[in-house]
Amino acid sequence: MLRTFPKGGIHPPENKLTSGRPIRRLPLPKEVYVPVSQHIGIPAEIVVDRKDKVQRGQVIAKSGGFVSSNIHAPVSGTVTKLDKIIDTRGYKKQCIVIRTDPRDPSNLEEANYPLIDEITTEPSEILERISQSGIVGLGGATFPSHVKLHLREGQHLDCLIINGVECEPYLTADHRLMLEKGPEILVGIRILMHALGVPRAIIGIENNKRDAIAIFGELTRGNPDIRVAALQVKYPQGGEKQLVRALLNREVPKNGLPLDVGVVVHNVGTIFAIYQAVQHNRPLTERVVTVTGKRLANPSNFWVRIGTPVADLIAAAGGLPEGTRKIVSGGPMMGKALKSTDVPVTKGTSGILIIPEDEASRGEPAACIRCGECVSVCPMGLEPHLLMNLTEKSMFKRAAAEDILTCIECGSCSYVCPSHRPLLDYIRFGKSITKQLEPKNPAP
Amino acid sequence: MTDSILNSVLLLAGLGTLAALILYLVSKRFYVFDDPMIGRVEELLPAANCAGCGSPGCRAFAEKLVKSEDISDLFCPVGGNEVMKLVAEALGKEVVEKDPTVAVVRCQGSCEVRPKTTVYQGPRTCAISALIYSGETDCQYGCLGDGDCVAACKFDAMYMDEATGLPVVITDKCTSCGMCVEACPRDIIEMRPKKKRDLKIYVGCLNEEKGGIAKRACSVACIGCSKCLDVCPKEAIVIENNLAYIDPAYCTLCRKCVPVCPTHSIIETNFPPRKEKNPVADTLAGDQGVKSGSDA
Repeated sequence: MLRTFPKGGIHPPENKLTSGRPIRRLPLPKEVYVPVSQHIGIPAEIVVDRKDKVQRGQVIAKSGGFVSSNIHAPVSGTVTKLDKIIDTRGYKKQCIVIRTDPRDPSNLEEANYPLIDEITTEPSEILERISQSGIVGLGGATFPSHVKLHLREGQHLDCLIINGVECEPYLTADHRLMLEKGPEILVGIRILMHALGVPRAIIGIENNKRDAIAIFGELTRGNPDIRVAALQVKYPQGGEKQLVRALLNREVPKNGLPLDVGVVVHNVGTIFAIYQAVQHNRPLTERVVTVTGKRLANPSNFWVRIGTPVADLIAAAGGLPEGTRKIVSGGPMMGKALKSTDVPVTKGTSGILIIPEDEASRGEPAACIRCGECVSVCPMGLEPHLLMNLTEKSMFKRAAAEDILTCIECGSCSYVCPSHRPLLDYIRFGKSITKQLEPKNPAP
Repeated sequence: MTDSILNSVLLLAGLGTLAALILYLVSKRFYVFDDPMIGRVEELLPAANCAGCGSPGCRAFAEKLVKSEDISDLFCPVGGNEVMKLVAEALGKEVVEKDPTVAVVRCQGSCEVRPKTTVYQGPRTCAISALIYSGETDCQYGCLGDGDCVAACKFDAMYMDEATGLPVVITDKCTSCGMCVEACPRDIIEMRPKKKRDLKIYVGCLNEEKGGIAKRACSVACIGCSKCLDVCPKEAIVIENNLAYIDPAYCTLCRKCVPVCPTHSIIETNFPPRKEKNPVADTLAGDQGVKSGSDA
């Protein structure tokens, strides 16, 4: 019996269409649109001006505070505009537009950087480099990584968890990265262990990625400190709290972080970015994006420069198929439907999913039949039907008492509801109001 | 036989007297002084409990009125000046007369002029759809059309116009309590002074995009061209972020700005038709006449 988290969870059809497709490099975009707010926290401050020439990897927006992140030029070229462009929600956000210079050698140079195995950098230097390189959680939450590595006094770490779960259906970006960059990821893990002084690390991979489990099993042979754990396939296992529970049987406190139980969790994509930043001094300017969909001519995994318009990715994957109804940024469970293909790829874009007409509808909501399905699948042990009703009736204090804020918005409740009730929509709204009601740091 | 009847009567009478005594003592011991003035003021108030005054209900507002020394900054929007005058008389305090206001919807983005570019399938409330995304059209400032304002109105003074998909205020019923203003996540509804015969001139748009982009999203969007600014004799118009705003404190309702607006985004209500001598202005007034009708 494989390990998994005990409470709730679902198993939607996996549809990993692209797991056998090697990551290809997307042709250089003509122009990139780099939003200044690609991470959770304070937006970065623009430090370039119109007509400035920028080199790939140069800082174009400086971190605006502790919980913030630098943003680097993803291509070499000229800044043409400081404009606004719509984000995944459709609202216009500040961004930097850079026209790519196709002749600039640093744009073309994609030489295979040789693997640097030896770690020579000091721990403090490693942390500094991670914070300078604009690295954020690439699993999709985009939480600035250096904040997670900053231990406060009295906090003790004993395990580093590498998240290679990729529990969202369709997405294969992390899977392919593990297959193709295994040795680099392993060095990345050792860098983090060295920097944090953690004695051991566990790589959690779901059992539908046996090839990745085998590769890491081979790589970690003879190294007792780093272990690979195969996990039962269950959504949302990629959630930090679920993963910690599945691997270590430790319960992260209600309003706490994995750090409170001595664990730090990082995504494999983030680990690869850390490897590049520390060993090659290359900041985060590109990421792997899965472009997929059942009707798509050529679903693929791509190395994409940050700021590339989604339209370019769809074109490279064979163009928008006939009868497309919805384009989702992210996975089918937690992703957001896009309003336009002008939206640029950001640090948090893990996939672009093209959904045809017959699968795009949500179904007419009907009355709650009190079957309790939502309660049994909620991985946080909440009562989604109750939280929705409380929000509908504006009883936000009661909703706060029912722990609405611990909801991780995985969408399992909406997925299983036989009455097609928009549970998560209401809970998300309830959360936004409850957050405003509560003081910033509630007394324990 | 007679004994048992007598016994029970005596016992009940004794119990009754004892209970009465206890009740009397308790009511004396725990007596709460309740200012009779509060009750009288509450009776004067409209009993709508709409919270438009800022207090949680009419009783709470009455308490506030009785307890405050100076009530010049307190105002019941539903009762208006008449009620406030009565309250002031009853309390022997001074009130300041305020201009009555009425809610206006500052968006004209009907289905015809503002094409839908996406399909939304989530819950039909503005609060949630505004949280999820920027709306079914390309305008991220305009009305979402899910009717949170109509649901918030306790006076049946608003309804959704099915032809346009926009809310309409029935000005005669509007008490300017402000519930719709709070319910709207886009701040589209504004309280504007209800001058004599309910004449109003205001900009029916909140789009802050540059002209071209705004116009592409909605053909009656304000493009910030500043033509109205140039003709305004009273400097009542300000243009900020490509958007005009008519300040009701300075506007004299001269109507000069209405015909010059190239996108017809300035709305006039309840004005008589324009005079014949200016044919251009007349046709425009005819256009606006439809809106005046639906607004009244």
